[in-house]
Amino acid sequence: MPTLPPQRALAALLLAALGAFALALATGSVPGVLTALVDSSEAAGARSAVLWQLRLPRALSAFAAGGLLALAGCLLQALLRNPLADAYVLGVSGGAAVGALLALLAGAGLAGMQAGSALGAFATLAALFLLARRAFFGRLQTAARVSEEASTGVLLTGVMLAAFAAALLSLLLALAPDAQMRSIMFWLLGDLAGATDMRAAAAAIGILAGLLALAMTQARPLNLLLRGDLQAFVQGVDVRRVRRRLVLVSALATATSVTLAGAVGFVGFVAPHLMRQLVGNDQRALLPAAVLAGAVLVLLADTVARTAVAPLQLPVGVLTALIGVPVFISLVRRL
Amino acid sequence: MSGPGLHGGAERGFGGTAIECRGVTLRAGGRLLVDSLDLQVQAGSRWAVLGPNGAGKSTLLAVLAGARRTDGGAVLLAGRPLDQWDAQALAGQRVLLPDGWLDPFAATVLDTVLTARYRLGEADRHGSRVAGRWLARLDCGQLPGRDVRNLSRGERQRVAIATALSQETPLLLLDEPIAHQDPRHQALVVDVLAALCGHTLMASLHELNAAVRLATHALLLDGRGGWIAGPAEETLTASRLSTLFEAPIDRLPTACGRGLFAVRPPG
Repeated sequence: MPTLPPQRALAALLLAALGAFALALATGSVPGVLTALVDSSEAAGARSAVLWQLRLPRALSAFAAGGLLALAGCLLQALLRNPLADAYVLGVSGGAAVGALLALLAGAGLAGMQAGSALGAFATLAALFLLARRAFFGRLQTAARVSEEASTGVLLTGVMLAAFAAALLSLLLALAPDAQMRSIMFWLLGDLAGATDMRAAAAAIGILAGLLALAMTQARPLNLLLRGDLQAFVQGVDVRRVRRRLVLVSALATATSVTLAGAVGFVGFVAPHLMRQLVGNDQRALLPAAVLAGAVLVLLADTVARTAVAPLQLPVGVLTALIGVPVFISLVRRL
Repeated sequence: MSGPGLHGGAERGFGGTAIECRGVTLRAGGRLLVDSLDLQVQAGSRWAVLGPNGAGKSTLLAVLAGARRTDGGAVLLAGRPLDQWDAQALAGQRVLLPDGWLDPFAATVLDTVLTARYRLGEADRHGSRVAGRWLARLDCGQLPGRDVRNLSRGERQRVAIATALSQETPLLLLDEPIAHQDPRHQALVVDVLAALCGHTLMASLHELNAAVRLATHALLLDGRGGWIAGPAEETLTASRLSTLFEAPIDRLPTACGRGLFAVRPPG
């Protein structure tokens, strides 16, 4: 049940996003970098470089990665009709990380790693659907019971795929030369320390906006899909077409976020879960709200991660897991 | 039993054919459920679909709704084969009340009923009024703001019926509409359905006396391929029902009305 009208919630989330950006840009080992915005003197040059070449791309990357993960989580939860679904839990992030890492070890550049990550995400989703196709593209379920069991089956299959992806990552970790250990840890844990490429960050923001817009065109039919394939079909939804589109959107969102930040966990269900309590489960309000919430969550988590034990930097995935696991457990206990 | 059975309601002067089966065959898990069913459902008629558990009643209703393919034969809706209809157009012609529902996330009763208005797009201005009216008719007038997950099974079923009716389609396919209802609400649901004007109704039922009250016609499925279709007075008889359910069923005389069906106790 919504406790806030969607417009007000979205306005509040936008304000929170601005605040999180200001905080992310202002905090760190070099103080007062925001003054570089107005101060064009020689002395401000170093601060300006910190702002434009370090903090802004990193903040944009964190924002995009969080938003993309929340978008993928929201869609997967609706498609599976299970509030526990999430790209990380289902192994899609892990698959994307394996793909990116294989490309890295094969000597590919950034573009190659992005392609590898996207391939890994698609391969994992494809495996998920092949292993549990009855719940997805099979005959429309006539009995509610069958559909519920199938949804649980997909979730369990996903958990196993995640374990498999983690095993593959550990294998690559064991085989890889020591020099690459550091970047492999990045894929495993999720880390934004390397996100200083302004063009990649801007592209990710663009992809986030595009995928969200695409998902929003399917928000009304998605509302109906929540109540079962058969019910949605009876009420006029072309179930398979909507499913195909949204599976594609969630795979692209996961792949993009993994190339940016590695396998950051739990944002994909924490953000939708919190927003569902705030704006309800109407996907037209939930999708943008969850995207903003996920973006703010990762941005704040990364700000804490790079300042809490400075000069050491924590991987952001450690912080999101510390927040996400208790939320996950409380959610399971209430189901 | 084996088809073809008695004739449908053509002679009763209903307006055209709402839905038609031509040699429809249904199988499930290798079993033959319905063999070459020929059926003409006249617009405005009300059909009860009867048969033992697992006879294929739900399967047939899903087929008629376009949600499942036949294993032979064709279904024509308003004269056009079902597989030529797209989901959006079908939603304006027929509704299916499935046996059961999914509520994985919290949602209010009103929002749940309003999903029925999807086909009408964002511009639909009558949704809340139509939904409110059917909820009130089905004794759910107090429920609109409640969470569907906190309803009793009987209440949830009536909300599902209100949802189906709010789609405002000429053809209603209802799978066990009176399931989970106490006697008063069973009678209420039957009365609401019997009072529908200008709708064609096909409902699977296990309550023989509700079928008598509701139906102008009946389709009997024995689950081994056999079927009988025809006007209620010719199909809903003690001897046919006894054969159908493999149980001794009597029609007990009552002070008024057409008597009540009852299974004879053993001994």
